[in-house]
Amino acid sequence: MAIVVDTGTRLVVQGITGREGSFHATRNKEYGTAVVAGVTPGKGGADVEGIPVFDMVADAVAETDANAAMVFVPARFAADAIYEAVDAGIETVIAITEGIPAHDMLRVYNYVRPRGVTLIGPNCPGVLSPGKANVGIIPAEIFSEGRVGLVSRSGTLTYQIGHELTQLGIGQSTIVGIGGDPVVGSSFIDILEKFEADEETELVVMVGEIGGDEEEKAAAFIGERMSKPVVAYIAGFTAPPGKTMGHAGAIISGSAGTAQAKKEALEARGVRVGTNPTEVAELVADAVGARAG
Amino acid sequence: MDLYEYQGKELFKRHGIPVSAGRLATTPGQARSAADSLGSEVVVKAQVLTGGRGKAGGIKLADSPEEAEDHARAILGMDIRGHVVKKVWIEEASEIAKEYYLSLTFDRGEKKPLFMFTTQGGVDIEEVAEKTPEALATLHIDPLAGFQPYHARRLLFAAGIDEPGEQKQIAAIIERLYAAFVAEDAMLCEINPLIVQPQGRVKALDSKFTVDDNALYRHPDVAEMRDLDAYPAEERAAREKGVTYVKLDGEVGILGNGAGLVMSTLDVIAQAGGRPANFCDLGGGGDAEGVVDALEVITPDPQVRSILFNIFGGITRCDEVARGILEALGRLEIAQPIVVRLDGTNAEEGRRLLAEAAPANLHVEETMLSAARRAVELAGSAA
Repeated sequence: MAIVVDTGTRLVVQGITGREGSFHATRNKEYGTAVVAGVTPGKGGADVEGIPVFDMVADAVAETDANAAMVFVPARFAADAIYEAVDAGIETVIAITEGIPAHDMLRVYNYVRPRGVTLIGPNCPGVLSPGKANVGIIPAEIFSEGRVGLVSRSGTLTYQIGHELTQLGIGQSTIVGIGGDPVVGSSFIDILEKFEADEETELVVMVGEIGGDEEEKAAAFIGERMSKPVVAYIAGFTAPPGKTMGHAGAIISGSAGTAQAKKEALEARGVRVGTNPTEVAELVADAVGARAG
Repeated sequence: MDLYEYQGKELFKRHGIPVSAGRLATTPGQARSAADSLGSEVVVKAQVLTGGRGKAGGIKLADSPEEAEDHARAILGMDIRGHVVKKVWIEEASEIAKEYYLSLTFDRGEKKPLFMFTTQGGVDIEEVAEKTPEALATLHIDPLAGFQPYHARRLLFAAGIDEPGEQKQIAAIIERLYAAFVAEDAMLCEINPLIVQPQGRVKALDSKFTVDDNALYRHPDVAEMRDLDAYPAEERAAREKGVTYVKLDGEVGILGNGAGLVMSTLDVIAQAGGRPANFCDLGGGGDAEGVVDALEVITPDPQVRSILFNIFGGITRCDEVARGILEALGRLEIAQPIVVRLDGTNAEEGRRLLAEAAPANLHVEETMLSAARRAVELAGSAA
């Protein structure tokens, strides 16, 4: 099963003829993902490494039965691309693009949500279900097939934790990068809910960071609605208030959004919180009974 | 991007929200002539991107142009919470009968704009929210349907505004604030206090205005309002080079790729008993040029006693980073010891390149934790 992307995913890549778009579309295809189409307005009829290119997402859906879209178009055109994908009947949209204006995403979110579409990102590394499908820029070789779900606001930190897990012989069901922007399509809770329902996931690792209150809300959700164990990590204990730490969303304002508050909220719900990526992997190993080596 | 009070008021004015007449001054002489041209009583207000100006003595009433000049002399150069005052806003003094509070923020949880309105203005709004939540009227707006006139009525009735003149003026201000929020891609628009004058006129006495950095391409006029002088010199230099950098107080310089990993690296340094000197994210690049640029930003900081490179190669290739480090060592005079930890894509090749070149002062560590301990140790022994 896995979540968000799997063997049933038929992917259309929006912005496929750009440098990044073509590079990662090709990589995702080589991994085994069914990359069935690309879209670049005005370049319909061309192909990228054997992937047919269409002018419109609706054409790609009609011709190839695409059911998922990956958005690689530049920030100022990205909201438009997401609307186009949703209106063409795409069920899962994964937006990699960074730098999309927050007001654009506010409108996109409120448009997408009632339509039942799963939107991941923007400003995220994508979604990888090891052995099944890779949609985005996550380096698949760090990860391995298994039963631990991983959800994170950050790219390289996810790789670090995945690497530590793999070294302990612990594989993953799906890795979801939800993105570090103030408005993202899927929250921790959205993804935790999917992992809870996924038969192939037995434990979830949640990687949060300072800013906002999504981790606190996730803590409440875990306490009330999850039967599967969750191990967490929070980055940013040493971040000063009022400074944006790289991600637009990673900022402590007043007393809100601190790493300590998030850690306490999670621990109050019985979630074990590692103090560094290595300890997180050890806590997971402890919980699933795996052994190093 | 945070705007100064006078810049926020300029945007308020553009969108029809009433503010007092005023002029900007950077010298006591300019303050005097500003006061002279405004006539009568004026207020001299420090322009800084932080709160607490009033308590720090950064806001003073002046009866005459001479007094305005004296106040400006005292306020210019003043340090308010680490911000040195370089500009003062000279504004017509206003008689105040009542002080209200009105704001529109970006509610990240609900993913909707959120209005907050209360008749308990002029104070810290977090305090109002905590002590008398019933006095705070709040309302989410659906960004797709947009603002509707009943939204203003709801806020007014909930806050208990029953004077018709006030109702009419504030309803217009609420509607215009929403228009400004959307039109300028704001993340925050706050009026505290929103005052009612003895004759009944309502206006914005202060402004807090934050604009989304990602949307500045749509607002070249607002982008030009950015005051580079308001940032520390290192952050200015970093901005020019396209490196994400935040100056901190410690002694271990940090370089990594990806915001989350860098934040995690700062924490691990603290756990190892050290203090991070900065947050520095190479981003997705990490090619030789990017590494040189980042080192140029970090190394001039006299507080930095050791440097930790924490790289997890994904799209970034560790051999590229290693080449960058070696090139930087050849091009720059770097006195501080450097600890490097490489993992992920092409990490072995990267480590091999560093081992072969074996520059003095460069230490390669296998794991993030051992690298952090080593960097802290080296910062200590270099003290």
